Amino acid sequence: MVAQMIEGWNLVIGIEIHAQVNSKSKLFSSSPTDFGSKPNSQVSLIDAAMPGMLPVINKFCIEQAVKSGIGLNAKINKKSIFDRKNYFYQDLPQGYQISQYKDPIVGEGFVEIETENGQKKIGVERLHLEQDAGKSLHDQDPNFTFVDLNRSGIALMEIVSKPDMSSPEEAIEYVRKVRSILRYLGTCDGNMEQGSLRADVNVSVNKPGNELGTRCEIKNLNSFKFIHAAIVYEAKRQIKLIEQGESVNQETRLFNTQSGETRSMRSKEDAHDYRYFPDPDLLPLTLDDDWIKGLQESIPELPDQIKERLIKEYSLSSYDANIIVSDKATSEYFEDVVKNRNPKLVTTWVTGELFSILNKKNLIIEDSPITSKQLGELVDNIENGKISNRQAKEVLEEMCESGKGALEIIDEKGVSQISDENEIESLVDNVLNSNPENVKKYKNGKDKLFGFFVGEAMKLSKGKANPKIVNDLIKKKLSQ
Amino acid sequence: MKDSYTLKSLAALLENNKISSKELTSEYLKNIENGKELNCYNTISQEKALVDAEKSDERRKSQNLRSKYDGIPIGIKDLFCTKGVTTTASSKILSNFVPNYESTVTQNCDNAGLISLGKLNCDEFAMGSTNKTSFFGSVKNPWKSVNSDNDLVPGGSSGGSAAAVSGDLCVASLGTDTGGSIRQPASFTGTVGLKPSYGRVSRWGIVAFASSLDQAGPITKTVEDAAILLDIISGHDEKDSTSSVNPKENYYENLNSDIKGMKIGIPKEFRSDKLPASTQKSWDECANLLKTNGAEIVDISLPHTMNALPAYYIIAPAEASSNLARYDGVRYGLRVKGNDLIDMYEKTRSEGFGDEVKRRILIGTYVLSSGYYDAYYIKAQKIRSLIKSDYVEAFKKVDAILTPSTPSTAFEIANEPSDPVQNYLNDIFTVPVNLAGLPGISIPYANDENNLPIGLQLITNSFEEQKLLNVAKNIEETINYSETPEKWWLK
Repeated sequence: MVAQMIEGWNLVIGIEIHAQVNSKSKLFSSSPTDFGSKPNSQVSLIDAAMPGMLPVINKFCIEQAVKSGIGLNAKINKKSIFDRKNYFYQDLPQGYQISQYKDPIVGEGFVEIETENGQKKIGVERLHLEQDAGKSLHDQDPNFTFVDLNRSGIALMEIVSKPDMSSPEEAIEYVRKVRSILRYLGTCDGNMEQGSLRADVNVSVNKPGNELGTRCEIKNLNSFKFIHAAIVYEAKRQIKLIEQGESVNQETRLFNTQSGETRSMRSKEDAHDYRYFPDPDLLPLTLDDDWIKGLQESIPELPDQIKERLIKEYSLSSYDANIIVSDKATSEYFEDVVKNRNPKLVTTWVTGELFSILNKKNLIIEDSPITSKQLGELVDNIENGKISNRQAKEVLEEMCESGKGALEIIDEKGVSQISDENEIESLVDNVLNSNPENVKKYKNGKDKLFGFFVGEAMKLSKGKANPKIVNDLIKKKLSQ
Repeated sequence: MKDSYTLKSLAALLENNKISSKELTSEYLKNIENGKELNCYNTISQEKALVDAEKSDERRKSQNLRSKYDGIPIGIKDLFCTKGVTTTASSKILSNFVPNYESTVTQNCDNAGLISLGKLNCDEFAMGSTNKTSFFGSVKNPWKSVNSDNDLVPGGSSGGSAAAVSGDLCVASLGTDTGGSIRQPASFTGTVGLKPSYGRVSRWGIVAFASSLDQAGPITKTVEDAAILLDIISGHDEKDSTSSVNPKENYYENLNSDIKGMKIGIPKEFRSDKLPASTQKSWDECANLLKTNGAEIVDISLPHTMNALPAYYIIAPAEASSNLARYDGVRYGLRVKGNDLIDMYEKTRSEGFGDEVKRRILIGTYVLSSGYYDAYYIKAQKIRSLIKSDYVEAFKKVDAILTPSTPSTAFEIANEPSDPVQNYLNDIFTVPVNLAGLPGISIPYANDENNLPIGLQLITNSFEEQKLLNVAKNIEETINYSETPEKWWLK
């Protein structure tokens, strides 16, 4: 659909991800960072910018940023500088945001994403640390804006991509991938609903062969759906402008989640002059080689590596492996179940049946009602022929409702499968003998009736007969 | 009131039960009351000081003293945040501000049992060198010229801190020095003013002017007292990232006026035809005196000295423009109602800040603006590096540097130049020391023909406060300067 819309046009997309550092305390103060606390209950003298207060770097946040940099295959800068970005706003107590401008803590890197045309490398320009601002509440009073400083001073990582993406799908894949890496590392919880991860998207369009178009930045997108919709809307808008002979203005735009449209927030001319300069309250941050090395060694296996291993160890398809590693909890769950079991069967049951149950119940895998051990038990019973796939689905649903184990349910309900050939043979004979007309028609070439015989035999067994054996026996008898 | 009161002598009187802390505190509170005309104090902590003094006397009785100096009252520049005591930075914008926290420096004083008499007047946000920019009006210098009854400036920005010590409204005080704000008023009032190395004293809880230059220090009657107070206030503070982990020394105990074999540098760039003859004479005499006492006098060059003032007046306003952004009427301090947020900002800051503060915010905003940043701010930082290396080179050859503290002695309040740049020249000898992050001390040397104190400045390498105090002590012992102002305000 999108491809049609932009036919004859190139899309150039760059993304800035703002990821909240997973840390108990703020970037320059010891205030807690718990989400959803009472307004202004997590504010220190520093966060409120009282006179004479000074920032002190939270070492843990530095560690998290460096880990993230390693996860993004990026250069770690041994010397970085915190700058002041000066502007006035009611929820910015200092009158400046402490950020990193010319010398960020992490330099160039890349992530790999899956696209329709295979793997694609998306460049990362930099990652820097900065403070979040507070929150303005405009709807509490008709005459006043209220300010909640709980967020003020929380550590954010801003991850800036190169303009390497050329479709909304690639853009989403990129954000998904970065989010997944940060979650594997434990450096950001990636919770987009709570605002732990937000994206600013830069979009421009141009005709192939022409030079790059003027870009617009769409601020503060906090879901994959919105990222996609905003890019599509923005690309269409720009193309329309150009086709009408008008030009695109470089500007910052806001996405309206209700209407799905973007609207101008401020033009390039109105852009702030932030008067960046090194924060004299903080010395340049220098990192030790040994310290960086220690962190490198502590980095867990990341999605790309796990994917490669799953493909190699379990012969999974790249598609399945991708689904499994997209999320740390999923890959851990999968690996728990697959140990000493049939990988194909396990993949189907994890990414198929389990996922559909979770989707229906709107749960994440961490909250799955079926533990990996329980699912393993179910798979075992399929593998040893005790229950059929169809029966297994019923058992899984029952497990979900009752919390009981697979075997317990199988024993209780007597849903175990009939695999005894003699028993099944008498069932099949019974079916064929009671339907001489259909047997005749089948033998005259009406192949479709095969399914009818299987169905009848299964019905007769109350669904308990092993379908494979039923199939084999009917085939054998009818060909006699 | 005896003029010979010092931290050292008061400690002895208290120890020998010749006086109680309460009596002493009352005596100083009386002096403050009688000296109101000097306008030294923005806030007088009458009740709190007496309560604290009683507590100190109890500690003395129960032999539970916090230090030898427990019970001695001092004055505090109104730039240090003090819990429960109004802290204004002598600005209208903070005129109603009462912190619920205590600066590290004043906490250190409290930990030693020192008692605060109140908050001392200063230039608004420490911006000025005559104390005229204070929202609460000028401080008057206790000194007067023999030729005139006109009031003189005490210097600034720690004008109240210097005048209060000079006029016996406290025995010692705390000041801050960004470009000379301790040493210049000390020089104008015949007191000892010490600016420690950058990072020696914590900046936590001090209203910031220019973060890379600000440093707190003592203003006292003697070099010994400066060492005592430095012992109390200095040291590493993990709440200040720029605070040094360099171990501090026991400055008072290790004070040693023997300077034999030391090399003292005289920088040629500080010489000027415009220097008053009496100041030049004191400078020369002092060099000779040090020579007589066993030091070697060495001519040195600090080639970038003349670039220091322009660089300072870019860097300091740049930092100030950002540091003062927090005074926006949103959370504390003055708020003037407006039609919307921007209107509120404009009205609050227009009304809340005085002219000099506004001037510096404008200069600072300008030099940081895109398109001007490289030409001003970056260039000024380069000059700052050159100045630092001037001193690095110099200290390869000498132990300490001797200069005048100021290009003139105190002048009349009415005669303050209306051209701000002319005023900025007051700091010409002190500013390079801040840019280089070095310790410097101003000590009174002699009085000029108008009977006004002349201060001389000593400078040593970073964290060589001990050496600095030792040389200062040597001079002090030799000249035995004992001039005091006539207390005209008592008449």
